[in-house]
Amino acid sequence: MSEAESSVQSYTLRLELVDEPGELLRSLKPIAEKGGNLLSIFHERGNVTPRGYIPVVVDVEATPDRFEKIVEALSQTNINVIQAGTERYSKELTVLLSGHLINTDFSNTLSRIQETRSATVTDISISAPQGSTETSSARVRMATQAGSKDEVLASIREIAEEKDLRIVEPLVAGGHT
Amino acid sequence: MNVGVLGAGAVGGSVVELAEEYGHTVTVFADSQSAVVDPDGIDAAAALSAKRTDGRVGSADPEAALDAEYDVLVEATPTTLGDAEPGFSHVRTALERDRHVVLANKGPIAERYGDIRRLEAESAGTVRFEATVGGALPVISTIEGFGPSRVGSLHGVLNGTANFILSRMSAEGLDYEHVLVEAQDLGVAETDPTFDVDGTDTALKGVIVANLLFEGEYSLEDASIEGIQALSGNMLELAREDGQTVRLIAEVRNGNIRVSPRLVPRESPVAPSGTHNAVQLTVEDAGQVTLSGRGAGGAETATAVLADVGRLGENRR
Repeated sequence: MSEAESSVQSYTLRLELVDEPGELLRSLKPIAEKGGNLLSIFHERGNVTPRGYIPVVVDVEATPDRFEKIVEALSQTNINVIQAGTERYSKELTVLLSGHLINTDFSNTLSRIQETRSATVTDISISAPQGSTETSSARVRMATQAGSKDEVLASIREIAEEKDLRIVEPLVAGGHT
Repeated sequence: MNVGVLGAGAVGGSVVELAEEYGHTVTVFADSQSAVVDPDGIDAAAALSAKRTDGRVGSADPEAALDAEYDVLVEATPTTLGDAEPGFSHVRTALERDRHVVLANKGPIAERYGDIRRLEAESAGTVRFEATVGGALPVISTIEGFGPSRVGSLHGVLNGTANFILSRMSAEGLDYEHVLVEAQDLGVAETDPTFDVDGTDTALKGVIVANLLFEGEYSLEDASIEGIQALSGNMLELAREDGQTVRLIAEVRNGNIRVSPRLVPRESPVAPSGTHNAVQLTVEDAGQVTLSGRGAGGAETATAVLADVGRLGENRR
């Protein structure tokens, strides 16, 4: 490991939390568990986003590889990471998918979206009224890097075509402006 | 203006009914079976009543209609694809006689735009087609008003039937098939709603706008089209939980025409409810200009036809 990679740096994390008890604590846990050092927390309790989320800004000290693990752990706990370090996940992108989502390995679908490296999946909602073997639908929300939405959408289209899934794209990529 | 009306459906019938109110005289009225011709003005009420009771507007030969006396020919026969006949031939005959043409039929202007413009160039007549896009909404004249080169793009809802189905699916969490039957019962959807729900009708309108914006010779083949048939009630529900909804959107941008169901915020100006249409134009120096209202219906569409007839009358003076 090179000198630069092992050195501790400070990062800013912008999160959006669901307005429920315990969410703030849940968001901080991965930071501590993955070896980050909390510097400050700014919890904008009164400032709810138009979508009903509460913005939180966390300053954290960590080595670059630990910081990467923290962001990964946060994404896995369904906490919306809007910005991580200098990498800005500034644009939101929501799509609907439908088809044999479960039979075509939904987690593989999601990890392939993540693999585009320009998007991180921040929220998933699945509706499977007839059980997992029938057609089901999902809403997938992603945070994408500025300027990469077209590329992310193209990747999702490709995955959808391959797995014979129906995709409904947002009119204005990024949805809420 | 003396007006000849071809087509006795909802739009043609309403034009005949309303023409006098708008200061025009209907001298010819024809459906595919029959015609009524009178250079001093036909008896509109009698012709419409005959259409309702006998299925024919009069006793004259429909072939005679095109050669009769009129300043403007209103082409309101059903839209056909491909060679756009017989609408296209009607337009050609009128232009060759140096008469004006107002189209409610989308076929000729969507499928054979170049042919129409060439015929128009050689004629003393002018072709107008406000009624082909967005019913009562002045989409075409708004684009012309700004100047097509200043309008960068258009997006929005241009089919009331598809919009009605999606609004109902979203509001009630019902599936497509269920809502379609309801729409047919209400008379909102036709017995064969294929062109409305598979995106063809919306795409024709997109093609017409593209022809105007990009001075191209676009036709239906140039559009990418996806309909609403495969959408499920739970997809609409998932959208709703997120403050969004799904609408069948036409997007005309950068020389492309795309029709597809899209996620839009529920409060978006291009997410009208029921059978309404709503479009946004991106206009140089003016930003987004939104038009919304009744995008279909006989009387509504007839107002767009008569507005075109009125514009032709002003030019003549």
